[in-house]
Amino acid sequence: MDKTVNQKAWLLVLPVFLIVAFSAILPLMTVVNYSMQDTFGNNQFFWNGVGWFKELLDPSTDLGSRFFASLWRNLFFSAVILAIEVPLGIVVALSMPREGWRVAACLVMMALPLLIPWNVVGTIWQIFGRPDIGLLGYVLNSLGINYNYVSNEFDAWATVIVMDVWHWTSLVALLCYAGLKSIPDAYYQAAQIDGASRWAVFKAIQLPKMNRVLLIAVLLRFMDSFMIYTEPFVVTGGGPGNSTTFVSIELVKIALGQFDLGKAAALSLVYNLIVLIVCWVFYTVMTNVGTDRQANQGAA
Amino acid sequence: MARIDLVDLAHCYGGNDAAPESFALKPISMTWRQGGAYALLGPSGCGKTTLLNLISGIVTPSRGKILFDGVDITLLSTQKRNIAQVFQFPVIYDTMTVGQNLAFPLKNRGVAHGEIDARVAEIARLLDLTPYLERKATRLTPDAKQKISLGRGIVRSDVAAVLFDEPLTVIDPELKWELRSKLKALHRALDLTMIYVTHDQTEALTFADTVVVMHDGRVVQSGTPAELFDKPEHTFVGYFIGSPGMNIVPAHVQGREARIDGHVIALNRAYDRLPAGARIEVGVRPEFVSVAKPAPGLLSAAIERIDDLGRIRFARVRIGKVKFAARVPEGFSIPSQEAGLVFDPARVHVYADSRLVEGSA
Repeated sequence: MDKTVNQKAWLLVLPVFLIVAFSAILPLMTVVNYSMQDTFGNNQFFWNGVGWFKELLDPSTDLGSRFFASLWRNLFFSAVILAIEVPLGIVVALSMPREGWRVAACLVMMALPLLIPWNVVGTIWQIFGRPDIGLLGYVLNSLGINYNYVSNEFDAWATVIVMDVWHWTSLVALLCYAGLKSIPDAYYQAAQIDGASRWAVFKAIQLPKMNRVLLIAVLLRFMDSFMIYTEPFVVTGGGPGNSTTFVSIELVKIALGQFDLGKAAALSLVYNLIVLIVCWVFYTVMTNVGTDRQANQGAA
Repeated sequence: MARIDLVDLAHCYGGNDAAPESFALKPISMTWRQGGAYALLGPSGCGKTTLLNLISGIVTPSRGKILFDGVDITLLSTQKRNIAQVFQFPVIYDTMTVGQNLAFPLKNRGVAHGEIDARVAEIARLLDLTPYLERKATRLTPDAKQKISLGRGIVRSDVAAVLFDEPLTVIDPELKWELRSKLKALHRALDLTMIYVTHDQTEALTFADTVVVMHDGRVVQSGTPAELFDKPEHTFVGYFIGSPGMNIVPAHVQGREARIDGHVIALNRAYDRLPAGARIEVGVRPEFVSVAKPAPGLLSAAIERIDDLGRIRFARVRIGKVKFAARVPEGFSIPSQEAGLVFDPARVHVYADSRLVEGSA
């Protein structure tokens, strides 16, 4: 039987296509357009080809050096918060109660930081850390520790990292907790009978059963921290100097501070590309882990 | 290896002060012989898993004591009891190979490397797992995984007893029989006490030399499969074991006669001292009642349908309001809806309040 050709389906796709076009494709194309041109205001643009990209990827130029400095800074920041939040999240999840009213109490308390808007988190810590009126800053300075996130690079970094850990460890912990809850009791009973120590139970049962949620947690936290803007901007404004200027802060400085639309557009595209590539790598790894497991079940 | 004694053992998940009727396991005292193959049989919620978990130490009893070879181990942790347990769903350690899985209990107990390797090799040979030793355990079939679970239990040479909690639930039907034979062979080879929890009477009767039937938190009978079949001590055992189950009908019993629905059946023994006020029932297995042409003196019944089980046919009949099952003799053709029932007097048992009453000769 011949298939009937039905062009009506296009009508159904059209609204979605239009929405996506206006919300994503057109703005992105505008950015692509900007990245190839230069302007001196008055809405006059001059063709610049791939000039901005060349400059961006060349560390000897001003633009390139700023881009790479913020990129390494950002990667270092992501590495540090992952190294803290993942183990800490696991420990928190392991020490959470398993049943009773305490579970609900714990879950609500842990979810609280996740529900606070980024800007508010930044403001909370900005005030919390101030040496004159902030509880943290005041106490630290009274104890004789010279703490000032406005003037000291280390203090600024410490504040931004502790703030991120405070804000996001719950997410890792909640994901791990979900993973732990899905382990049947029989596993623990069997381990008990096998004489496994607490550490052996963790290594042989809990960690392997958590590996999928951990992958999701690492992916989410990496992407989020790699794109972080609001919180450090509110607390340190990227300073002192450029010491906490992460990629998106640098981008906003170039785009809105200097109004260098071409440079900013080129940076945006490269930034976007990095995020996409990392996403793709994670996605591939994760789905491979999934199919691997499915293949096992198929064999079983 | 050990003899296991249970002394007034009872458990309630609600705590010791709960009402006696709410106990998941009502007080029992019994002995499990060293080297015996036991089955704990009963419907879901009868307390059999509770009893198993009490013996393995996963649950601490509300009352009573558990002795291994006369030593009180009631408060000892699971690790120190030297018990092996196989669960309903195979428990394997995902990241380890089959060999590492088998070695895990020995490694945890700090056994020397050479000895571990020797034991693992021996157990793998017994369970036919040798070709898989280097494979990741997650990649195996459920029956192989269940064998690994069992192997982890018996790899310890000092294991006191092996407990099975419905271990064949997730196994394909055609492999169930094979795995069960393997268990029997292991039992003979290793001289281990094995306790097997199940709600499947075929599994229980083929595996065990002693079947312990539980009902509502109590042990209602423990005996060989033949004893359970021939002489159920409780009406529950009567209809739970056997397919179809025992016919149990209310009756008036006096001396050597039982009166069912106005008809008299002869009994082999005299029942003169039945407890007053008790609910009296007569129990007889369908195998020992046969249908015949209606005749004077035979209990008459209405045939509702015939179940053909291949080797044997059972008639589902009705006596007054009571449902009844009876054997259809070979070559017997059913003349009409009406039939007479022929009883084997030696196989008719009398129950008072569900418990067997011994008649006098």
